Amino acid sequence: MSSRRKEAASRQKKARENPFKTIGMIWKEGDLLTRLSFIIMGLGNLLRKQIIKGLIFLGAELGFLFYMVTIGINAFSHFDDLGEVQQGMYIDPETKLPVKMAGDNSMLLLLAAVVALFIILAFVIMWHTNVKAAYEVQRKKEKGEKIPSFIDDVKSYFDRKIHRTLMFFPIMGILIFNILPLCFMILIAFTNFDAKHQPPGNLFHWIGLDNFKSMLNAGNIIGRTFWPILGWTLIWAVFATFLNYFFGMVLAMIINRKGTRLKSFWRTIFVMSIAVPQFVSLLIIRSMLTEQGPVNSLLMQLGVIKNALPFFTNTTWARVTVIIVNLWVGVPYTMLITTGILQNIPAELYESAKIDGANAVKIYFKITLPYMLFVTTPYLITQFVGNLNNFNVIFLLTGGNPINLHYYQSGTTDLLVTWLYKLTVNSFDYSYAAVIGILVFVLSAVISLITYRRTKSYKDEEGFQ
Amino acid sequence: MMVKKETKMKHNRSMRKRKLLTNTFVHILLSVLAIIWILPIVWVIITSFKGDGTGPYTGQFLPTKFTLDNYIRLFKENDLFYFGRWFMNTLVVAIFSCIISTFYVLCISYSLSRTRFKGRKTMMNFGLILNMFPGFMSMIAVYYILKGIGITQSLIALILVYSGGAGLGYYIAKGFFDTIPKAIDEAAQIDGATKWSVFTKITMPLSKPIIVYTILTSFLAPWLDFIFAKVIMGDKYENYTVSIGLWTMLEKEFIQNWYTRFAAGAVCVSIPIALLFIVMQKYYTDGLSGSVKG
Repeated sequence: MSSRRKEAASRQKKARENPFKTIGMIWKEGDLLTRLSFIIMGLGNLLRKQIIKGLIFLGAELGFLFYMVTIGINAFSHFDDLGEVQQGMYIDPETKLPVKMAGDNSMLLLLAAVVALFIILAFVIMWHTNVKAAYEVQRKKEKGEKIPSFIDDVKSYFDRKIHRTLMFFPIMGILIFNILPLCFMILIAFTNFDAKHQPPGNLFHWIGLDNFKSMLNAGNIIGRTFWPILGWTLIWAVFATFLNYFFGMVLAMIINRKGTRLKSFWRTIFVMSIAVPQFVSLLIIRSMLTEQGPVNSLLMQLGVIKNALPFFTNTTWARVTVIIVNLWVGVPYTMLITTGILQNIPAELYESAKIDGANAVKIYFKITLPYMLFVTTPYLITQFVGNLNNFNVIFLLTGGNPINLHYYQSGTTDLLVTWLYKLTVNSFDYSYAAVIGILVFVLSAVISLITYRRTKSYKDEEGFQ
Repeated sequence: MMVKKETKMKHNRSMRKRKLLTNTFVHILLSVLAIIWILPIVWVIITSFKGDGTGPYTGQFLPTKFTLDNYIRLFKENDLFYFGRWFMNTLVVAIFSCIISTFYVLCISYSLSRTRFKGRKTMMNFGLILNMFPGFMSMIAVYYILKGIGITQSLIALILVYSGGAGLGYYIAKGFFDTIPKAIDEAAQIDGATKWSVFTKITMPLSKPIIVYTILTSFLAPWLDFIFAKVIMGDKYENYTVSIGLWTMLEKEFIQNWYTRFAAGAVCVSIPIALLFIVMQKYYTDGLSGSVKG
């Protein structure tokens, strides 16, 4: 008897590592009631005095069956072709009159299929929990232990299992507002859901990797737009990140240096410019730099220039302008962040360098910069990825303009993300937008996931314990 | 040190002169930079009081007449835009989404930091991966889901969009919870406290800076975002938030009549946000330095 129990215990331990093995083990060890719970959910709990728990499982099963019979079963019927019947006018054979006929809506069909998939997944998890619960109550009865009442169960969700209680709603939110839409959009990347295939008027279909091919092929118009925009996005990210970092640090050092008076006054002035909401300050700068804007009119009044400077109308000017305006936006941030770190650099390092006769430039490159890079690498990485996706600065300043006629739905200062925005909002090319989203993800993932995992706070979570 | 003193004495006079020169140079440089950084802010304040014309281009840098009309008309004239209402909209959205997101962020980061369960690391990696997709990418799908429920162009939709996936922003708060010594939790549990009471009665009171920081960031988000709001609200002007409202005022068809009122609106929005931001900065630096000061 005891050897059997031991055997069971060891088998249980092994099974805990693999959910499939758990189910197999429970089927083997379970009695009739537990096995019946595989089909009629909650039966084991219901008949063993855990009535509310049993009813919850049973209710979940009935609800799921009802959903499957009414909606779920149809959800996958058109998953392979995303609809057959196109909306259009048909001649009614009896009355000989044209009749408008509603067709299949490919988008809703695909969305329904994704939703159904999520519901099935949720049900599988529920079923798994149910089987485990049925087995648990069986074991408790065999051992003669007290069977936990519903109140005991609820209590355990505020103690041992608190993470489940706390994370339930947030994770539901993430599922509905992040994961589900993301899955849907990733699937869209493999269809031809573009301006010409808009439901409900038209159907769209699976086209495999064609979108990726035309995006990466420099021969057609989409590819001819993609590569230059990718190039500009990378150039922009490099300049925006490193110039901001460098000048922000220099500013912090200038304010920090011994001889500078009114340190906090200078800091407050620069912080004030961050405190103003970005969309306000960017819109103001945009209106200041337009052709007839105050900057041009001031320069013309002073006689410095004769014609207005093309801040946003010439590609090169526009690109330089956005990088410089981004300095205006970003330098105070870097100043704020680096000030504290700069003060932490051991003073001995500087003293000994001075004794060795190093000048200010040499000290900066041999001591300050290496130290700062050592501490702020994770910050730089997040900044770089953030700049790849820097929507606000570009969109509010230039809107991606000046327009380039050789590009598809894009201007020469557009980044990949602003192009994505234009493709969804202006031209409804959802499939291309989804492809860009995936490519941006690949780009940021390659850059950051590897480096993130090297940072101290990830590797050494309990370092401060 | 000896060598240093000797050289110092030798070059004392020239050193002092040079120091004075660099100091003057530094202060002049800082003044110029400060003017560049403060100029747009000063300029928008001046524009908001501009009395000669409502358009952006007068050909002159400084206005010749000053008036309060722009502020009064901004709030009183509601035939096209409803600035007062936009302000209330944004406030309502900000309050609700702030409550939900703060709750979500704290729950997730507490669970990931203070409890150990199967699949925790997988979950964290998954969170990082999700954060790497451009946020706007899934917007279209979210839009159609909201349309399916029938709540597009409403404030509820906006609250859901801002707070629904908020749990993914667990990173900073989790880092903070990681710094609270585990021994405190364990001691309380030995004394018979449940994990729930550890969470509410011990961890939360110790985490004031990070809670305030989370509250402020999620409160500020609706005031600053305008992409999501624009997609959800479309052309329903009365449900706009201040940011898309102000953005719309600068569109080609409105800019001539609305430019000075835009400036007035920008000032009205910026003052409270700037104050909150400065408060937030303080809590942010406190939060980064961890729970236990050392």
